[in-house]
Amino acid sequence: MLNFILKRLGLAFLVALTVSFISFSLLFLSGDPAIALAGEGATDQDVVAIRELYGFDRPMLVQYASWLVNALSGDFGESYYFKLPVSSLIADRLSVTMLLGLCGISFALLTAVPLGVIAAIRPNSIIDRFALFLSVAGQAMPSFWFGLILIVAFSIKLRWLPPSGTDSWRHFIMPTVVLGYYAMPAIMRLTRAGMLDVLSSDYIRTARAKGASEMRVMFKHALRNAIIPVVSLAAVQMGFMLGGSIVVESIFALHGAGYLAWESISRNDLPTVQALILVFSMFYITFTFLADVLNAWLDPRMRSS
Amino acid sequence: MSQNNFRQDIPLLSIDNLTIDIPTAAGTLHAVRGISFDLKRGETLCIVGESGSGKSLTSLALMGLLGKNITPRADKMEFDGVELTTASARTMRNLRGARMSMIFQEPMTSLNPAYTIGDQLMEALTLHGSTNRKKARARAIELLEKVGITAAESRLSQYPHQLSGGLRQRVMIAMALMCEPELIIADEPTTALDVTIQAQILRLLAELQREMNMAMILITHDLGVVARVADKVAVMYAGELVETGPVDEIFAAPSHPYTRGLLRCIPLPGKTKRGSVLGTIPGIVPSLVGEVNGCTFRTRCEHASPACRGTIPLHTSPTGTHTFRCIHQPEDLETDAVQSTGANA
Repeated sequence: MLNFILKRLGLAFLVALTVSFISFSLLFLSGDPAIALAGEGATDQDVVAIRELYGFDRPMLVQYASWLVNALSGDFGESYYFKLPVSSLIADRLSVTMLLGLCGISFALLTAVPLGVIAAIRPNSIIDRFALFLSVAGQAMPSFWFGLILIVAFSIKLRWLPPSGTDSWRHFIMPTVVLGYYAMPAIMRLTRAGMLDVLSSDYIRTARAKGASEMRVMFKHALRNAIIPVVSLAAVQMGFMLGGSIVVESIFALHGAGYLAWESISRNDLPTVQALILVFSMFYITFTFLADVLNAWLDPRMRSS
Repeated sequence: MSQNNFRQDIPLLSIDNLTIDIPTAAGTLHAVRGISFDLKRGETLCIVGESGSGKSLTSLALMGLLGKNITPRADKMEFDGVELTTASARTMRNLRGARMSMIFQEPMTSLNPAYTIGDQLMEALTLHGSTNRKKARARAIELLEKVGITAAESRLSQYPHQLSGGLRQRVMIAMALMCEPELIIADEPTTALDVTIQAQILRLLAELQREMNMAMILITHDLGVVARVADKVAVMYAGELVETGPVDEIFAAPSHPYTRGLLRCIPLPGKTKRGSVLGTIPGIVPSLVGEVNGCTFRTRCEHASPACRGTIPLHTSPTGTHTFRCIHQPEDLETDAVQSTGANA
């Protein structure tokens, strides 16, 4: 097990290094950054001055190395737009995004897994149909539309929940539901499919032949095996929620990292974009790593491979 | 002791007119029709027949493992006085694994990949009362040794994927025996294994069965195995018991044309001449969906006549132990059989 963890950790490190290089080279993909920074109507001298000031005249690998060394110590440079250190800018926003992401994935897992299990135990029953309806609706509804509907219903008509802001836990209810509902259908369907598959397997018949109760068969013998692919999916969904909650954050005016990413991209604020891509990638890598470890704990066959 | 002797005489398992219908999209599949047999303690019954003849369904029905939408019907299906068709889920659960156990065809997939061998063995015991882990562990080691697994203690912490098919089947046997069952059902336990392992596993099963005085139902294709381990034989064809009786009588005087056909398919020492052509049974098993009447073997039988569509009488030997179901008298079939063996030689 320890061997497996070390191997995965090494792999995660390599992926992180690759991602950092790609996110750094983004700077050069959108043309000469010095010209872009100098803006319209700048003279050639201005451009040369800016190029020297920001160090764009150095070889790319040298620039990457110095950027990486700074990034590792938490220094991502200064935002072109906000004129603030990127790291403090992101740190401010990240807590909101992380809280929202954790709430979202918890909501998704807590609804999707039980529904998926029940749907698999009673396929084609009313509950199964209802779960299917919920997941199709969740898959088909755009988040922004669902978010607005919730605001109209619960904030404007019923006046139960605040429509925007981050002041209390009540502000997070609707964003959590919208974000969680986005991830729920895939997790639910995968749980159902996994359970159906496992329930027809020989070792489930063995468990019954031993005299195990249905509850024990379902939870001890079936779910443990059926949940393995769900763990990997949930990890990817979680990474996505932390990076891709831009829509939800804008609707509910939660100023999180997703929203910051959207702002920075539209303002061509490259240091911020670079840093955010790196941070979001680190989340993906961390959650994938954690999912691998969890899966290896659940499935002994993975430990040896 | 006297009570024990008394219990030896009455059958442990008594089945009368067991019928299993399976609803399918195309209509009702009459998978098992009117099966009856008895089994005493310590006795071995071999059920033979080709795939789809209802052997496995019969054994799953005994275990109460047919699944939700299939309900077996029977005039009687008693295990030591407990009527199984009407038993509650709890009663069945308490019997399964404790007093009647089953070993399946697929050792590769019959163990849960997520738990250690030890966990799964001990579970068989802890499910039925004993909660003492230490005792369960000792019992697990004892049984692993009994089924011939070396380094039993270290095996407990291994996972199924770390064991070969033969070892897994030994573990399955050990698991089935954890609670010292009175009846063990082995459904083609060696089909998925290497030929060299097959003989070992069967010998092991036969030894343990004798040692623990269990009743055993062994489902197999292999008539050689039947000859070696069976006390009684039940021949199934297309969901019916076409012939049943003590093993000596079946091999010495097979009566039903299907049984004769089966025996002609295998070489028997002393009976089959060197260089002679082994028999085959032409044709395929008929569909059992929709109405089934008469003798289902008539489409493949060399003695078939229009009367085979009607009611088929059950012939019983003078000893009362050997029965078969055919419109012909045993004597009529005898002459024909001799002729056909002659043709083959």
